Amino acid sequence: MISYLQALNAALDKLLADDPRVFLYGQDIGAFGGAFKVTKNLADRYPGRVLDAPLSEDAIIGMAIGAAIEGMRPVVEMQFADFSTCGFNQIVNQAATLFYRTEVSCPIVVRLPSGGTPGGGPFHSQSMEALYAHYPGLIVMTPGTVEDAYSMLLEAVAIDDPVIFCEHKFLYNHLKAESLPDVALPVGKARIARSGRDATIVTHGAMVHESLAAAEELVEDGYEIEVVDLRTVKPIDTDTLLASVARTGRMLCVSESWPWGGVAAEVLARVSTEGFGLLDVPAQRLNARDTPVPYHPDLWTAHRPTADAIAASTRHLLEM
Amino acid sequence: MSSVSGPTSPTRTEYLKAFRVMLLARVLEEKLSSLYRAGAIKGGVFLGRGQEALSVSVGIHLRKGDIFAPLIRDQAGRMAFGDTVLDTLRTYLGSQLGSMRGRDGNIHRGRPREGYQAMISHLGAMIPVVAGALLARRMKGETGVVGATCLGDGGTSTGAFHEGLNAAAVEKLPLVLVIANNQYAYSTPGSRQYACANLIDKAIGYGVPAHEVDGTDLQACLQVLGEAVQTARNGGGPQFVVGSLLRLVGHGEHDDGQYVDPALKASPLGRDCLAVSEAFLIEKHWATGEEIAGWRIEAKTEVDATAAKVQREPSPDPADEEWSALSERQFGEEIYRS
Repeated sequence: MISYLQALNAALDKLLADDPRVFLYGQDIGAFGGAFKVTKNLADRYPGRVLDAPLSEDAIIGMAIGAAIEGMRPVVEMQFADFSTCGFNQIVNQAATLFYRTEVSCPIVVRLPSGGTPGGGPFHSQSMEALYAHYPGLIVMTPGTVEDAYSMLLEAVAIDDPVIFCEHKFLYNHLKAESLPDVALPVGKARIARSGRDATIVTHGAMVHESLAAAEELVEDGYEIEVVDLRTVKPIDTDTLLASVARTGRMLCVSESWPWGGVAAEVLARVSTEGFGLLDVPAQRLNARDTPVPYHPDLWTAHRPTADAIAASTRHLLEM
Repeated sequence: MSSVSGPTSPTRTEYLKAFRVMLLARVLEEKLSSLYRAGAIKGGVFLGRGQEALSVSVGIHLRKGDIFAPLIRDQAGRMAFGDTVLDTLRTYLGSQLGSMRGRDGNIHRGRPREGYQAMISHLGAMIPVVAGALLARRMKGETGVVGATCLGDGGTSTGAFHEGLNAAAVEKLPLVLVIANNQYAYSTPGSRQYACANLIDKAIGYGVPAHEVDGTDLQACLQVLGEAVQTARNGGGPQFVVGSLLRLVGHGEHDDGQYVDPALKASPLGRDCLAVSEAFLIEKHWATGEEIAGWRIEAKTEVDATAAKVQREPSPDPADEEWSALSERQFGEEIYRS
């Protein structure tokens, strides 16, 4: 069995082995192997290509951009997604604008260990995908499976544009698969994680698994719920969403982050502007509550969508 | 600290080459100013009047294959590094044929593939970009490369300045960071910007050698920048250079700079570096007043002819614009617009 975290490590290992342009830069990622051990053993295996950085998110991302301009393929680690706000300017104003302004592409990958874990609290739990997706010039990936963690990281490095890679900390060790995949869906293509006929749950990241659990819970009530895993939140695979809604007539979008201007808001906007006639009832969304992410596990569980909360929202959708 | 004498003093040839670039930059900027007043420029105009000696000395010591990220008052340094009157005017006037094709303008121009970085407006942000480019060169096994970037006194207060210089120092990269201490960040004087006695004191905290120079003296600037660039090129790690001078124009052409202390204007900092170098040329018998006047006419002829040509060039056409922020267009989104 291979975990989500091991899949990320294996992808980085393969990238370093296959492409001399690839190097890794981030805090504690060298001999220490990273705060979560995603880069374990890589500094040993690839001397001079897995570099410890100072506590300087702006410099880490800015340097990756400079190296990318020079033809390298830097993969940088933010220790927690939350800290990427300290490098925000370089991401949104430098990396994201470079190609449009100069016709020089900016192939950097910014790895964001994202999302909540019990006890993580306000500054070690955030999901930043909507924030980065707001800016033109960035691709935003949210792998929700071991297979995607591996194959999407390989693809992220192959893409000539900046990629914000939101890997989910809650899945690092919880999620396991039999083996790594040889083939993958194309970037930008959503995946039907579970087929159904009565309603569609659109989701991404760790919420894929909460949503699948909710769908199982609803089987007892005789419902067959379709679960769509977005995989990338920018671009969003609107066609797959509309096709699913055409089958089910009902949609709930579940996203771990905050409601205002989030991924769920964008999905609802797409489906209601382009697929209004496909909907039997108004599209619904379920997000985290509109407060900072709380520390205590009991508060955290009530803050973010869980399988139970998703099942309740889906029942409400089905009864509308 | 460097002093102005000794074997590394610039030769007549070097000095004249730098002077001609300064003069061309000055004449070009005078044209930009008049085009601005005529309403022909699409955006703002930010001039380097009074900073040409320091700026040209950065660009002139770089060579092909080096990396340069200039700031807003570096017309002279840009031209010494290879930028042209033509592309400057195209970018300011919004010609479709300019390097930025109307997508960005004025001082935000560059050709990153040629090591000429296109600055963003966020001060200090280019320091890590140059550092990263130098790191890449090192990884590719290239030696003898230098990366230079320019900033003002205000830019030294940003987080990006601190992070970038520190990270470059940790990696011992061949970065030359040049501060034009022009006494004001827009309208804010140095007394409200930093509390150290002298800006060069900042360097010691990063373990970086510092050089101080009179930014109104071309000979001193050429010498000090020459030493700083050579030290970096030879593996001496980042170099920090502070040139003291006074901005002789407003922050931009929209600004009359009425906040500038008259005492500063009357002080040696307020000298016009171009006039100082003209006097130096004549005193040294390296050029006559007539020759200099002839060079000015030559520069003006080139600038005027280029401006006339560029004003006849096409503007970008929104209907032909690709409207893609991604180089991999297949990942772009066709979001429904009603």
